[in-house]
Amino acid sequence: MTKQTTQAPLGSPAIALPPTSVVTLKINGEERQLHIAPWTTLLDALREYLDLTGTKKGCDHGQCGACTVLVDGRRINSCLTLAVMQEGADITTIEGLGTEQNLHPLQQAFIDHDAFQCGYCTPGQICSAAALLTEGKAKTTAEIRELMSGNVCRCGAYTNIVAAIEEVLTTQKVQRHE
Amino acid sequence: MSTTNYIGKPTSRVDGPAKVTGAAKYAAEFNVPNLAYGYVVSSAVTKGKITKIYTDEILAIAGVLQVFSHENVPSLAWLDRSYKDDVAPGGSPFRPLHSAEVKFNMQPVAVVVAETFEVARYAASLLRIDYDVVEHATDLEAKRDDGYKPGGGKTGWMPPPAPRGNPNDALQNAAHRVEGEFIHQAQHHNPMEMFATTVEWLGDKKLKVYDKTQGAFNSQQYVTKIFGLSKDNVQVISKYTGGGFGSGLRPQYQLFLAVLASLELKRSVRVSLTRQQMFSFGHRPHTLQYLALGANEDGSLAAVHHHALAETSQFEDFTENVVNWSGMLYQCDNVKLTYELAKLDVFTPLDMRAPGAATGSFALEIAMDELAYKAGLDPLEFRLRNYAARDQNADKPFSSKKLRECYHEGAAKFGWAKRTPEPRSMRDGSQLVGWGVGGGVWDASQQKAAASASLNVDGKLTVKSGSNEIGTGTYTIMTQIAAETMGLPLEAVTFELGDTALPEAPLQGGSWTAASVGSGVKAACDALGEKLLKLAQKMEDSPLKGVTYKDVQFVNGQIRLYSDPTQAVVIRDILPANGQEKLEADGSASPDMARQSQYSLHAHNAVFVEVKVDEDLGTVHVTRVVNAVAAGRILNPKTARSQVLGSVVWGISMAMMEESVMDHGFGRYMNHNYAEYHVPVCADIHDIDVVFVEEEDDIVNPLGVKGIGEVGLLGVAAAIANAVYHATGKRIRNLPISIGKLL
Ligand code: FES
Ligand code: FES
Repeated sequence: MTKQTTQAPLGSPAIALPPTSVVTLKINGEERQLHIAPWTTLLDALREYLDLTGTKKGCDHGQCGACTVLVDGRRINSCLTLAVMQEGADITTIEGLGTEQNLHPLQQAFIDHDAFQCGYCTPGQICSAAALLTEGKAKTTAEIRELMSGNVCRCGAYTNIVAAIEEVLTTQKVQRHE
Repeated sequence: MSTTNYIGKPTSRVDGPAKVTGAAKYAAEFNVPNLAYGYVVSSAVTKGKITKIYTDEILAIAGVLQVFSHENVPSLAWLDRSYKDDVAPGGSPFRPLHSAEVKFNMQPVAVVVAETFEVARYAASLLRIDYDVVEHATDLEAKRDDGYKPGGGKTGWMPPPAPRGNPNDALQNAAHRVEGEFIHQAQHHNPMEMFATTVEWLGDKKLKVYDKTQGAFNSQQYVTKIFGLSKDNVQVISKYTGGGFGSGLRPQYQLFLAVLASLELKRSVRVSLTRQQMFSFGHRPHTLQYLALGANEDGSLAAVHHHALAETSQFEDFTENVVNWSGMLYQCDNVKLTYELAKLDVFTPLDMRAPGAATGSFALEIAMDELAYKAGLDPLEFRLRNYAARDQNADKPFSSKKLRECYHEGAAKFGWAKRTPEPRSMRDGSQLVGWGVGGGVWDASQQKAAASASLNVDGKLTVKSGSNEIGTGTYTIMTQIAAETMGLPLEAVTFELGDTALPEAPLQGGSWTAASVGSGVKAACDALGEKLLKLAQKMEDSPLKGVTYKDVQFVNGQIRLYSDPTQAVVIRDILPANGQEKLEADGSASPDMARQSQYSLHAHNAVFVEVKVDEDLGTVHVTRVVNAVAAGRILNPKTARSQVLGSVVWGISMAMMEESVMDHGFGRYMNHNYAEYHVPVCADIHDIDVVFVEEEDDIVNPLGVKGIGEVGLLGVAAAIANAVYHATGKRIRNLPISIGKLL
């Protein structure tokens, strides 16, 4: 039998916690104020403090893409940034892309192509795809696959995800040429 | 013309809008007032005893409310049976925070509850714990000689049938023989949504529990029995589950911890697990399989020997049907099947998509490929020659079996006829091309399920059953069944699930939901239909007077006579005409055991795979897959296709990537995160084609459905391994087929 202690003793006095402060975030076009400590991630700020639970947590480590949101039009993993770092930025979450009554073309295409099953990765996939469209780098199926590979779908809906994005991409192209 | 026939139509998901807009709420997303957060502390050691927990240091941190551990858990239910859930295997279920004893690595040893998630997480990271550590054993390969025949097992487990014929002599005398060992490591379900429970404290020990589960009723009975609460006081809600794959069949420990903390603190509490902690409970067990097959000169199977040794925990005997399939997929008179377990210091394994069959079919279908080569036959032709027309295990006819059609239709779609048999004979530029085939068989089962149906005066129908939606399309197919049965437009129908306040439905698993809950929904709607007909007959000048339920059909918003469809009553008019606001009916359905027990009820599939291998780099790409499935009636080809697409992705994952790598020195899975536990991403998935072979079956259940969630995974990993052999001449029997094994 061996003795094992997991950690060194804590220094005393007890650890001081970071103080909370007022952080103002611009989310889906609306200014929102919240009292949070600086160690709060953007993802937790959305889900736990603002009740914007459309943005999902699948790993909290930047490994799955479920937490993808748009910051100034760019897709980022919201679990890898602190909320305070995004003051002044334009943040768009899935709730800002469309509503059940007024779906974004990608949301409609995801429904039409059955591009999800459990739906848990879906908001991240759609936000990611929205940025992919504006980035303008993906032109072929292979490029869509490559550039959507930061978003894991454990249900394995990839075939339909690609089909949905392709459809929106082609319609956009057609519209641009008209 | 009927406009309300929905069954069998490719219908878009009715819960689609909620899912694509983020409106669908999962367990950790109910932000109830005054919520506290629990963060789980996982054991750093694998086996031993906790000697001290330095709780005081943590309680001194501002915002920390309490630290729960075995030291301060109140006295709870004592008997093992109180901790048994619906699918608990034989043995003694794990009790969180029960004693100082540590039985497996990352065992939950404490939960720190604080005002915010951030404080709970931070404080949990600081909690010091002293352990006395004893030696652990986590290596199945070191336990080859310690296997034992499991006793009780769990629901659904069938001990392998007794040997038939003369398996030893037959193997010895066979013209062609293959034998080998087949291995896969532990695999973890890893649904996208991590396990979480939000307990809303409603005062006076009344709880509303939002749980991630595949069975709200299972969670409810678990909580009520352990904490001595009445069912009226514990409502479990699970409207959306972010993936299950079996992981939610048993209540996970965050449920216990959240309920405990809520009851003790008299406050609402949420406990979410981390992705790392998703590796601290049930998993597909590490399994070693030995297969020996023999064939006669004419290519018929002479003998099948299949043995499996699987890991289980020290406290429960987790069993799955691994070897049984090998006695029924092909015709063979000399068969020996055996199954053993070995105890390790790990958590009890858990059903994971196509449990047992995914494991068994991987080995059997590779061995069949090897034997086909030995016998000089095309692997598809070899399978056709050994087609089983009857289930020899059970000695019963199949209620229906269209596997032959799966072979033919799949092969035609894939272009199998163009395959040249020799390994390394097909190329695409510098890449080697390989084509492989595999397949499998899976149970079609039905459980008892209840439902209720209620029609409102405005013509809206609400149907309820406490089932689950884990991504399989339950909301959608139940809405289709209800709408068609009542002859109402889809938009007029709402289906509710995932709530213990609703009629009871079985766990969402075993591919039985469509058959079970679907039959329950149909029964409730039929009961409502009969009541509605009676009311319609009371209407003035009713053309339906004097007829019975059998004489009418519900279609296009009307009840009309089969014999003369012009004689009809508009459904919307019936309640107002009778001065009624609402009409309700209950129904439930159970399998017709007397009829079903005379048959073997199974779904089948055949899968064809193309791989391209870059020999210099050892990389394999699965470029094309055709999966032909015979699973009875397909209620919704759109969602069913997605189920099979997902299964193929799972098969690719199993073949090429998935492996929970145990460091036996620590007794811990070392790749316990989403970056190192590999699953396919978008770029890994190429063309996948799904073929549904028509199969009519009125024995399996009145709806004729066999379930589609699991069968599509069978044989995929084997077909890939067989394709890799065809491409490279290298036979890989140890999954995953990683680069190193090919170089
Ligand atoms: S939760 Fe942010 S990447 Fe997984
Ligand atoms: S839809 Fe379930 S993880 Fe993508």
